[in-house]
Amino acid sequence: MTGRQKILYFIYLHRTGLTVIGLSLALLLFPLFEDNPYTLGLTNQIAINAIIVLGLNLFVGYAGQISLGHAAFFGLGAYGSAIATVDFGLPAWPAMALVAALVGLIALGIGIPILRLTGHYLAMATLGLNFVFYTILLQWDEVTGGPSGYYGVPFLSIGSFEFNDEVRLHYLIWGVALLALLLCLNLVRSGVGRGLAALAGDETAAAALGVNTRSTKVKVFVLSAMLASIAGSLFAHTYSFISPGSFDIFVATDFVIMVVVGGMGSIWGSLLGAGLITMLPEWMDIFETYKDFIHGGILVLVLMFLPQGLVTGLIEMGKTRLALRKARQGRQEGSGC
Amino acid sequence: MLKLDGVSKNFGGLPALSEVSFTVPQGQLTALIGPNGAGKSTLINCITGVLQPTRGAIRFRDEEIAGLPPHTISRRGVARTFQNLKIFPRLTVLDNVLTGLTNEGGSSMLMAMLRLPYLRHRERRLKLRALEALDRFQLADKANWPAGVLAYGDKKRVELARATVGNPQLLLLDEPVAGLNAEESFAVGEQLKLLRSSGHTMLLVEHDMDLVMQLADRVVVLDSGKCIAVGTPDEVRRNPLVLEAYLGRMDATA
Repeated sequence: MTGRQKILYFIYLHRTGLTVIGLSLALLLFPLFEDNPYTLGLTNQIAINAIIVLGLNLFVGYAGQISLGHAAFFGLGAYGSAIATVDFGLPAWPAMALVAALVGLIALGIGIPILRLTGHYLAMATLGLNFVFYTILLQWDEVTGGPSGYYGVPFLSIGSFEFNDEVRLHYLIWGVALLALLLCLNLVRSGVGRGLAALAGDETAAAALGVNTRSTKVKVFVLSAMLASIAGSLFAHTYSFISPGSFDIFVATDFVIMVVVGGMGSIWGSLLGAGLITMLPEWMDIFETYKDFIHGGILVLVLMFLPQGLVTGLIEMGKTRLALRKARQGRQEGSGC
Repeated sequence: MLKLDGVSKNFGGLPALSEVSFTVPQGQLTALIGPNGAGKSTLINCITGVLQPTRGAIRFRDEEIAGLPPHTISRRGVARTFQNLKIFPRLTVLDNVLTGLTNEGGSSMLMAMLRLPYLRHRERRLKLRALEALDRFQLADKANWPAGVLAYGDKKRVELARATVGNPQLLLLDEPVAGLNAEESFAVGEQLKLLRSSGHTMLLVEHDMDLVMQLADRVVVLDSGKCIAVGTPDEVRRNPLVLEAYLGRMDATA
């Protein structure tokens, strides 16, 4: 190999790691170029959504299941952290971990019975779950503050360093998002990840290959719920005010739309999906007014023309084209044309 | 290796299998034949845990496996292919074959997320083994293709590579040449011969009599859920019960 080839091969071999490093650097430097708090607030929102979408994509895109109820876990994390820090006076970081663990247990309790369902039934059940949770938030106002929301969640801090402005929050939230990204990338590139892909492809075949389909589904469900809970905690500590509207079924479907638009079974697509769908209302006013219509429309279009989502769909299209071209070349050489 | 004893399966009172008993000896290729609807697929599904037999014992390496879930049976060393091809079209050919090593990849989600060095080494070893398997089935040049774009014969070979890459103790093949043309089924036949000579224990369900007669050490014949004959290919070919099941009752004068 020549030096140039060696470098290219190195890049190819370590493409995932290098991309992560590149993204980290870009995010590290981002506040130097962009210090408008409004923009940083938006990118922070993208990061929070990305944490949820990463977990949800493992469940939807890799394991091939569906959940229209992840806003509930997001909300459990947010209200959990709020109540634990304000009402019980717990320190914020341990509270976040405790709440995530509790949400994991709740997801386990819900997941074991509910994941016996598949397809539309599972979608309906998870949707119902989110609706129940939303109603509790509205009605149980002694604890949740009801429709007017919950005020006064403290900022997170390390010692006396408080995460109280957009730049500091940028590093905190994107730090967590990058960590989640790294863990998810590792997971899907392992045997466990291939087991998940097998599960999405064909459950009978996956089981015959040694994948414990039931426990795998439940585990991924729990993992995605815990990620959503951590995102929820960050959300509460960022805005210090939360209200039920941030966790209703439309938010839950938005998360699924982010998964689908970005790419089913693509970790990088999760970032893209979260980014695109979060930014849309900013780019065009009309998106703000008719948000739900337009999100629905986007979902339908993507599912019709690129059912695997943008990133996965385009990558697969490219791979297929390449394979077919190679096959054609092979035939032409073989026939002596 | 595998011993079935009085295995019965009823579907809502309708018997699909009744009192089927036979053994699959180690290192041999046992063929399971029978007309359509004889219960061959039901039997395979009972052995692999997709279905639970209503009665009877299935012992694999002297352990009862009837009623265990499919993944447990797979972990004990039973691999299979499917009659109607179950590869993962979106995964690459290499990844398809790697799923055949699921039982060796470790199943701890936490460890996988941390990607500790020992896991990275294991991944590399598994990949090498999968590439070797692809080589055996002449698929190495297509390792990075999405499996969905392959021709039907190639897909069948991917499934065979996936089923054999983990060196299973017992390999169940559900009609491996169904839907292939003469040339392709010849090639698969050669692969099976290779597998047999390398010591694999196999149970082959097949309609193609030529292939069965060529390859099988022993033949088990099912008809209407009952085991009607067991023997060498020659014995079975001359067995009047088998002829009757396949061709209908012989006239005394014929």
